[in-house]
Amino acid sequence: MELILEGIYKAFYLLFTLDKEVMGVTFLSLQISGTATLISLFVGISVGTTVALAEFPGRKFVVSLINTGMGLPPVVVGLFVTIFLWRNGPLGFLEILYTPAAMILAQAVIATPIVMGITLAAIQALPRNLRLQILALGATRIQMVWILVKEAKLPLLAGVMAGFGGVISEVGASIMVGGNIKGYSRVLTTATVMETSRGNFDIAIALGIILLLLAYFINLVLTHIQQRERPR
Amino acid sequence: MRTRRFRKMFFFGMLALFAATLMIGNSVQAQQKNVILATTTSTQDSGLLDVLIPMFEKKTGYFVKTIAVGSGQAMAMGQKGEADVLLVHSPAAEKKFVAEGYGVNRRIIMHNDFIVVGPGEDPAKIKGTKSTLDSFKKIAASGALFLSRADKSGTHSKEMGIWKAAGMNPEGQKWYQQTGLGMGQTLNVTSEKKGYTLADRGTYLALKKNLALNILAEGDAILLNVYHVIEVNPAKFPKVNVAGGKAFADFMVSKEVQDIVKTFGVEKYGSPLFFPDAGKKEEDLGK
Repeated sequence: MELILEGIYKAFYLLFTLDKEVMGVTFLSLQISGTATLISLFVGISVGTTVALAEFPGRKFVVSLINTGMGLPPVVVGLFVTIFLWRNGPLGFLEILYTPAAMILAQAVIATPIVMGITLAAIQALPRNLRLQILALGATRIQMVWILVKEAKLPLLAGVMAGFGGVISEVGASIMVGGNIKGYSRVLTTATVMETSRGNFDIAIALGIILLLLAYFINLVLTHIQQRERPR
Repeated sequence: MRTRRFRKMFFFGMLALFAATLMIGNSVQAQQKNVILATTTSTQDSGLLDVLIPMFEKKTGYFVKTIAVGSGQAMAMGQKGEADVLLVHSPAAEKKFVAEGYGVNRRIIMHNDFIVVGPGEDPAKIKGTKSTLDSFKKIAASGALFLSRADKSGTHSKEMGIWKAAGMNPEGQKWYQQTGLGMGQTLNVTSEKKGYTLADRGTYLALKKNLALNILAEGDAILLNVYHVIEVNPAKFPKVNVAGGKAFADFMVSKEVQDIVKTFGVEKYGSPLFFPDAGKKEEDLGK
């Protein structure tokens, strides 16, 4: 118990003294997971919407794949991304293993199916007649899709939160493809693992608390956007 | 109109983002400036590398990517040409690694020692036993719990070596459990379960304050823990950064580093964590 109090004290000490290393690690976490989430939004929403609106053979199979992907284990993603990015691997020419870029890639792979699955469900949940009505009012197909996406704003923002929450708290893939390099690819989660194995439990707890605070504030902002206009 | 503008903004925002992502990747991609150091966790967890790496980077301009894994995994990375230089402590496996042509120029850096730790009650009564082999035999005979790293690390291969020398194979025994975790976590598990384990002194000292474990056997010649640097052989993998790997290895045996190793940890733990050995022969250690 004493240890937890010590950790909480340490967390606020590190925050209020603006500890340079901790700030760097926190900012990097935000940068990497934020970028990964944005990429996953781009891919997830466009593919998710397409699959939701399209009719094609094997559609159920594709949907089941996406839904399974929502639970993709980060370590497995980390392992495959590592193998692909090895110097002598198929994508070795990129030379991005053990860089923040590799971490963004791995986290985007983790977050994309989450966003995609939630998008799919959200768009499909819209009344079918809405589509016909929009088209009947003379909208082009692209305009129709855009209106549908806007209609599904609430669940889509929930998707953003789920995707971001999934990658900011993820450690398995980050440590594998990033390498936990000091001042370069060390993020809150990998630093927590390292400090735990170093026996610095107070710092580990402090980092955990900072991670929670960060996640809370991001979600607060997103919730604010989500709840701004109450649905009619 | 508003919709279209927003969509345009979104698109260009995305584009900028991709560009930024690529730049993060490329900014440090100045070819052959990166040195990948695959090393054992103890060198990182003890904090030694946090002191040495910035010195090396400042001195040479290389950027070191330290990947702290077990010695076994570090050598596996070297075998695939995915690392440039190794800092490891698993002599038998290292010799094999060099003999098979994966590494060159294996040089001794430093040593410390392994210790056998266990609960204060010492159910197997090993305290005071001079020979480590006898201690291990006593643990086995008493059926007291023994925790093994089982992760092909340097510590694990040392432990397997001791069991072999004692003429035993503990695998599958009820009193023998495999954690598959790093040293720090294995010590925590051992402490919670009141078992015995083999640990490197540095990690034990660093974690001591949170552990209910005592040193029960130490000082035996078989418990010597020697660290070497090995440069990865570029003959098999042309992408290996030869110059960078060599520069790091040379740096580790330099007098400057050896002097730091000599006093590292004294302030925090009251005794040094490692003893510098550059230029010595492995056979002469511990005499």
